[in-house]
Amino acid sequence: MVGEINIKHVSKTFKNVDPGQEDVVALNGFTLDIPSGSFVSLIGPSGCGKSTLLRIIGGLDTPSEGELFLDGKKITKAGSDRGFAFQGSNLFPWLTVEKNIAFGLKARHIYKAQKDDVADYIKLVGLEGFEKSYPHQLSGGMQQRASLARALVGHPSVLLLDEPLGALDAFTRMNIQDEILNIWKEHNMTMLMVTHDVDEAIYMSDKVVVMSARPSKVEEVIDIDLPRPRARSQDTFQKYRTKILDILNLGGKINDIEYYL
Amino acid sequence: MKKIITLIKLILPFLAIVISVLVYYGVNDNGKQKKTEHPYYLYVLALIAILVLIEIVIGVFNRKVLNKIIYKAQFVTGVVVFLTVLNYLTTKTELLPTLYFPSLDRIFGLIVENRCFLLKNVIDSLLLLSEGFIWGALIGFLTGIALGFSKKVGYWLTPITKVIGPIPTTAWIPLALTVFPTTKGANVFLIAFAVWFPVTLMTSSGIQSVNNINFEVAKTLGASTFYQMLHVAIPAAMPSIFLGVFYGTVSSFATLMAVEMNGNSSGIGWYINWQKSVMMYDGVYAGLLIIAALCSLLLTVLFKLRDKVLVWQKGVIKW
Ligand SMILES: Nc1ncnc2c1ncn2[C@@H]1O[C@H](COP(=O)(O)OP(=O)(O)OP(=O)(O)O)[C@@H](O)[C@H]1O
Ligand SMILES: [Mg+2]
Repeated sequence: MVGEINIKHVSKTFKNVDPGQEDVVALNGFTLDIPSGSFVSLIGPSGCGKSTLLRIIGGLDTPSEGELFLDGKKITKAGSDRGFAFQGSNLFPWLTVEKNIAFGLKARHIYKAQKDDVADYIKLVGLEGFEKSYPHQLSGGMQQRASLARALVGHPSVLLLDEPLGALDAFTRMNIQDEILNIWKEHNMTMLMVTHDVDEAIYMSDKVVVMSARPSKVEEVIDIDLPRPRARSQDTFQKYRTKILDILNLGGKINDIEYYL
Repeated sequence: MKKIITLIKLILPFLAIVISVLVYYGVNDNGKQKKTEHPYYLYVLALIAILVLIEIVIGVFNRKVLNKIIYKAQFVTGVVVFLTVLNYLTTKTELLPTLYFPSLDRIFGLIVENRCFLLKNVIDSLLLLSEGFIWGALIGFLTGIALGFSKKVGYWLTPITKVIGPIPTTAWIPLALTVFPTTKGANVFLIAFAVWFPVTLMTSSGIQSVNNINFEVAKTLGASTFYQMLHVAIPAAMPSIFLGVFYGTVSSFATLMAVEMNGNSSGIGWYINWQKSVMMYDGVYAGLLIIAALCSLLLTVLFKLRDKVLVWQKGVIKW
């Protein structure tokens, strides 16, 4: 099995160019082991460094301190072994849906061999008939699904998802959540997802990692011991929900008032 | 009601043409303009009428063509009215000096009668223009990419571009003529230069304003730097590059006129200059007409090309 991630004491400080301003310590000694083939959610207050962590794992940023490993190999730069679904869809506007999805295969010169995968993934995310459409002709949810297919088609061992469903309505959201879970089950990959939605995290994950406010580290890792497929309105959800919200509030005392209102 | 208005719109060009013909024959000439062998102005009117008629006939079967001609009808009417007034002023009144304002018959007639000579000059001009244009656009594209991508190249090239770019091309003529062994070489260089600057500028600024997220997406999909340049930076910057080519086209025409008036002995710019020097203003106007037609033809081709290349932009950016 591949797709195991080990994060060891990773810190990230953004130096401030303005001498009067303090540097931003986004991550401070972040340590976490993500077993291969698991679904892990990251949840935490806004600005705590979730995107930063994902970008470092994806190889788009380098840690100021600490190291991280993918299947025992140190991560130094971006690579197609880690798929990335960015906040917002970010399809290339000048390419059709089909060509967007094929981009990675072509860039790696494996398009000829894996041509059929493109059509398979278009089908998988339910975009048949829209192969020749340009991104601006698609709805937000369709764009999101297309960019998911684009990240998946190269068979990465890890998929990093940064609030992939943030801007979608509740119904579309649930649909795509299930699609992502199906893909996850079928392809046996590790998924690491940033979300603000506690229910989404519980519904989808094996583990929910709750992060503290900046400078952030792992506050607590909660194992979700619920059988799959999960029902959305289980009472057991409530237990986890309360727990996660409680931990989140310890991180930022200011939120107390809001929470108890 | 709407139908009647449409009908009137379609009839208007013909009405204007009829009035123009009536004025042509009905009003006494001032007798100062040289007579032409044929009523060339009327031929032009007839040509306009035939073209409009053809479009209407096609439009009966094709809704899209019909809408287009309905939209254009008023403009055509305007053009005919303008020609009518011009024809009236030059041939029927003595308001305008005949030397500087030849009759439309003479201008159109000159184009028809000297068509071979004019065509040769047009071809000479186009050859010179395309040679300079291709060099300028190609080098501009390359320097633009280098500038947009590499900080080191930018360090050296940006100041140079900023200083020499905005100097009007005509100011380089004396220098170019001494540096290049042949006039032709100098002319090609000057036109290339006029195209190079806007293309460089718009290419580099287009690449620099590509949202970084596009490169990050490409990286996570396994694209090399070179692949990103070819398949992310350039297509994303294409709208801006096209703008640069448009500016380049316009300024290449201006430069063409300028260099052909200097030490050339063929080309449409030279022709205009020569006609002016011998006080043949019908030739000057004929030349100007031809240049205007060429320039707008070239721009139309570019627009069509852009619409093809940038289909993805429809609905993203309004032109
Ligand atoms: N390139 C950068 N330069 C400077 N500071 C940065 C940069 N990127 C992120 N930061 C800072 O690091 C901190 C963490 O940012 P990050 O985007 O990781 O937060 P987040 O947890 O993803 O927040 P959200 O939930 O709102 O998306 C923020 O305070 C942010 O201002
Ligand atoms: Mg974020």
